[in-house]
Amino acid sequence: MLTLTNRKKIVSNKEQSFSEKIYLPAVLKGMSITISHLFRKKATIQYPEEERPRSPVYRGRHVLKRDENGAERCTACGLCALACPAEAITMVAAERKPGEEHLYREEKYAKVYEINMLRCIFCGLCEDACPKEAIFLTDRLVDAEFWRDDFIYGKDKLVEPIEKDKRIDISKRQTAAVLEFKKIPGLRHNVLYDKKKIDK
Amino acid sequence: MLASFVIVKIVLCVVVFAISLGIAAYSTLWERKFAAFLQDRIGPNRAGPGGIFQPLADGGKLFFKEEIIPDVSNKFLFILGPSLFMITALMTGVVIPWGKDFIWNGQKIAIQITDINVGILYLLGVVSVGVYGIMIGGWASNNKYSLLGALRASSQMISYEISMGLLIIALIISAGGTLSLKEIVERQDAGLANIVYQPLGFLLFFVCALAETNRAPFDLPETESELVGGYHTEYSSMKLGLYLFAEYINMFISSAVMSALYFGGYNFPFASEVYAALGLQEGSLAISLIGASVYFIKIIIFINVFMWIRWTLPRFRFDQLMNLGWKYLMPLSLLNLIITVVVEYFRGNINF
Ligand code: SF4
Ligand code: SF4
Repeated sequence: MLTLTNRKKIVSNKEQSFSEKIYLPAVLKGMSITISHLFRKKATIQYPEEERPRSPVYRGRHVLKRDENGAERCTACGLCALACPAEAITMVAAERKPGEEHLYREEKYAKVYEINMLRCIFCGLCEDACPKEAIFLTDRLVDAEFWRDDFIYGKDKLVEPIEKDKRIDISKRQTAAVLEFKKIPGLRHNVLYDKKKIDK
Repeated sequence: MLASFVIVKIVLCVVVFAISLGIAAYSTLWERKFAAFLQDRIGPNRAGPGGIFQPLADGGKLFFKEEIIPDVSNKFLFILGPSLFMITALMTGVVIPWGKDFIWNGQKIAIQITDINVGILYLLGVVSVGVYGIMIGGWASNNKYSLLGALRASSQMISYEISMGLLIIALIISAGGTLSLKEIVERQDAGLANIVYQPLGFLLFFVCALAETNRAPFDLPETESELVGGYHTEYSSMKLGLYLFAEYINMFISSAVMSALYFGGYNFPFASEVYAALGLQEGSLAISLIGASVYFIKIIIFINVFMWIRWTLPRFRFDQLMNLGWKYLMPLSLLNLIITVVVEYFRGNINF
């Protein structure tokens, strides 16, 4: 007969032997196996105190970056929402008023910016789509919550603190390959934009 | 005289009650811990240091759960079921001799609530009444799954009680024809523990005890993973808690009975030498306490074996369970009885 796998086993329906019928040898064998596990190393990872090692490029909870001056980089272009396969991102755009230049880098900014962490699949496409290098995924985890509503993260939870020393470090995910990728012409929106501004 | 007698008995009742509940509560924690250790996990360790308050948290949780009494059920019987199960579980502790008698103010005080001369029969009787707790609970729920679960439970318990009875007869014959637990234990002080005379009997008794207490691999009454919860499907809140808790008390009591019947209860090898070496007078409180702690060590070892078995073996199928009970355990216990009778006859302990 044709064998599809080398792991096949012929099942036999033979009568049980006496030692199998009285169960005891098998019971004792089983008990010796379980007791041998008593002092093994525990597999448990006690989560809040201990964390499972994660890859340096782990894609976790998002951050909305600020620029060097502390202004929000996001311009509410909506490309991230468009790219998002899980449709987790919603935003409401607003126009920057004079005198708010220190808060928002571009003339248009996101008044409301929400990510539903229950919908998000942490694919990172929003990060790829963003022309302003405003949104990044970080190696932080999304906390557990009691209510579903609390998983809709608004700007209060997404935008990084303005203080320089409290900024969220995203350099871990910016590996050499990623940085190389960002040099591809056509993806360098920022540079082109800045160049145009300089040309004027 | 009478007043002191009553006071001693009341104190004993309270202490036995508290210890039964305490051991049962901490068995639930230890069961989870032990299961975790066998499965390379840590187990509950958040409530207090090392999870020491986990039983309190569990109990508190059960009290705060919504209490559901089905509309169509017979409310009186629905409440009676778990109460009966719990009461019978607690009643079994009455005849167990926890330690040697001691002399206090010239009076002999027994660490046993009552030494009735048919102690073992009383135990069997109370355990049988416990089946009613399950039957009534399953029937009163007015739910076919509960009823089937109750039938499963009671047929299992009744089947295994028969072999248990036969084994106890054999034990009584070889232990000198007394039905009083106290005397059985005392006799093992002078001679060897009964396990030496009844090795097969002990093995079979242990299997029966597993089945009687509804412990894995005989936890067919519950079968939470494949046959709907069993007789307590409709129960919630503390009434469910009573059922589950009573099972742990049963486990404690059957461990106590097994160590009393087969392992000499509060006696241990070279007991008199040890007491003499410690310079303790016969009849002092210290001897009773040492005996009682030895007894508890035996009980705890048994409880651990119960758990060890539970977390090793898968559940029997119901027909396998019945086969084992009627086709193997029953004939084997009969055989054990016959062998015992023949041996005792030739030793001259019984004559016709
Ligand atoms: S990580 Fe993916 S799923 Fe999550 S918000 Fe960004 S694009 Fe959407
Ligand atoms: S995060 Fe980036 S892609 Fe999304 S709206 Fe802001 S600028 Fe556009």
